[in-house]
Amino acid sequence: MNDQLTIADRSFSSRLLLGTGKFSSSGLMSKALSASGTGVVTVALRRVDVDNPTDNLLQAIDTDRYLLLPNTSGATNASEAVRLARLGRAAGCGNWVKLEVHPDPNHLLPDPIETLKAAEILVKEGFIVLPYIMADPVLAKRLEEAGTATVMPLGSPIGSKQGLRTRDLLEIIIETAGCPVIVDAGLGAPSHAADAMEMGADGVLVNTAIAVAHDPEAMAIAFKKGVEAGREAFLAGIAQPGKNAEASSPLTGFLGA
Amino acid sequence: MPSFYDYSKQFAWDGIEKQIRQARQADVEKALSADHPTMADFAALVSPAAEPFLEQMAQRAHGLTEQRFGRVISLFAPLYLSNVCTNRCVYCGFNAGNIVDRLTLSPEEAAQEAHYLYQEGFRHILLVAGEAPKIVTPSYLADVIKRLRPEFSSISIELFPMETLAYKALVDAGVDGLVIFQETYNEKLYAKVHPAGYKSNFKWRLETPDRGGAAGMRRIGLGALLGLSDWRVEGFFLALHAQYLLRHYWRSQVTISFPRLQPATGGFHAPYPVSDAHMVQLLAALRMFLPDAGMILSTREKPEFRDALIPLGITIMSAGSKTDPGGYTRESGAEAQFEIADHRSPEVVADIIRQKGFEAVWKDWDAAFLQ
Repeated sequence: MNDQLTIADRSFSSRLLLGTGKFSSSGLMSKALSASGTGVVTVALRRVDVDNPTDNLLQAIDTDRYLLLPNTSGATNASEAVRLARLGRAAGCGNWVKLEVHPDPNHLLPDPIETLKAAEILVKEGFIVLPYIMADPVLAKRLEEAGTATVMPLGSPIGSKQGLRTRDLLEIIIETAGCPVIVDAGLGAPSHAADAMEMGADGVLVNTAIAVAHDPEAMAIAFKKGVEAGREAFLAGIAQPGKNAEASSPLTGFLGA
Repeated sequence: MPSFYDYSKQFAWDGIEKQIRQARQADVEKALSADHPTMADFAALVSPAAEPFLEQMAQRAHGLTEQRFGRVISLFAPLYLSNVCTNRCVYCGFNAGNIVDRLTLSPEEAAQEAHYLYQEGFRHILLVAGEAPKIVTPSYLADVIKRLRPEFSSISIELFPMETLAYKALVDAGVDGLVIFQETYNEKLYAKVHPAGYKSNFKWRLETPDRGGAAGMRRIGLGALLGLSDWRVEGFFLALHAQYLLRHYWRSQVTISFPRLQPATGGFHAPYPVSDAHMVQLLAALRMFLPDAGMILSTREKPEFRDALIPLGITIMSAGSKTDPGGYTRESGAEAQFEIADHRSPEVVADIIRQKGFEAVWKDWDAAFLQ
């Protein structure tokens, strides 16, 4: 299939990106990654411990198969995020970075000001930057202008599994974006992923819903299908409810046929 | 801004106790159905009326923990630096009145102990000492932290209360977490069980988490010493304290520990022993009220109980702990703070965690955040 997700200079046949947190074991995580068909896997740099063979998350990720997307989860401001990104690159994690700056450790909501600051610095330093943001259309454009490779607006608060609560704003972001839009956070079911794809998102990132499913591998397959179905529907030109199929013409009917 | 001491004045111990005792089944059912429980809901959840709903509460706690933290348990180890103490806490093995061997590790010895823990796999360490500010000085701590920094991604402290500026200096040196147990939120009882030493100042201790938050500590750890008084009321004040901190120091994560009184030197017996079922009730109620709080369980508890609590809301555990300074690398002979009930090695505990269907995580923080 030619319909590929292109971010910076890389193309991926899957539009599903996966997170690696919250899994009960790295074995289950590997199986879920494989089953999902994903090409991009994000890892929290704070979890990476290259000195510890029994706790090396990176060992469980086949970098020949997946693009490793280190993230700065845990950073509370721009300088922490930049420092962490540089360390990750120096440790051999590549120059892609999922930029996460969330000063609130409880809801993990992104700080727009610090995210923009960090993005400007990291782009200048040659990083491929994928920023996690609130569904804020103006911020999305500002980040795009700063040179980020994507924008990754949240569908609902991270880990909440509530689906697209930010729908109206996501629609504006997708409509106005000049870079790929990956809906990140809050997708609790494959139908949510399909929903985002039907809306025209370029991809989705899923973690909690797969990691804490009773059967993560089966859930990864379900999300794969949800993403594919949503994308195919979008490409086929899905009818928008309330926008196309009007049953009658209440305002113009008097004109007669 | 009022400190927690000022804020908590509007909640009288006796009134809260009465409110909890009078909670009815309907209050519990309302609390169970709340997405965001209020303090009144919390009072119902720790009430006797909630006891028949324990399984339901445990399932809610499990579900919330899984949603917010996933199937993951983080591991840490305490490093006891000194058992010298000027306080006379009637329940504690370090009580200045107890004639026991006293020992303070030199920075070199502390580094040796820490290196042992590093080799065991630990990357998160908690520095503990009695209240001896003339021995455990700022320069001593700075020296210890500097030596530990290269091997540990997270360094927390459980020391005596300090001024905000002292905490700031520790944050700058690389400390990311502060643990300070209030022991009891009952001011009268507090005076009785802390008859002498700096610790006898209730207000100073109660405002310590405020100072830690103001200094930029990333994690602030609370705890009530379970068994000193009515756990239901202590639980209420713990929840209130956590809620206050989350509102005022929104950049910090709150953690809660569940220290349950164990036999210690001096023959102190818990006047209000807390049963396993009540501990589960408290844990579940706190999880429902605070979905994002880290919940910590130490090796004070027996292996079977610790293992059983893993799916119920605990997110952080210590393992293989020694509570006597120097105890990891030699037979120090120094007095331990309390008796360990779970003597299993860190690797065995990690295996149990995995068998329970959880990942044992040794590193979930990075020193780069602070440096």
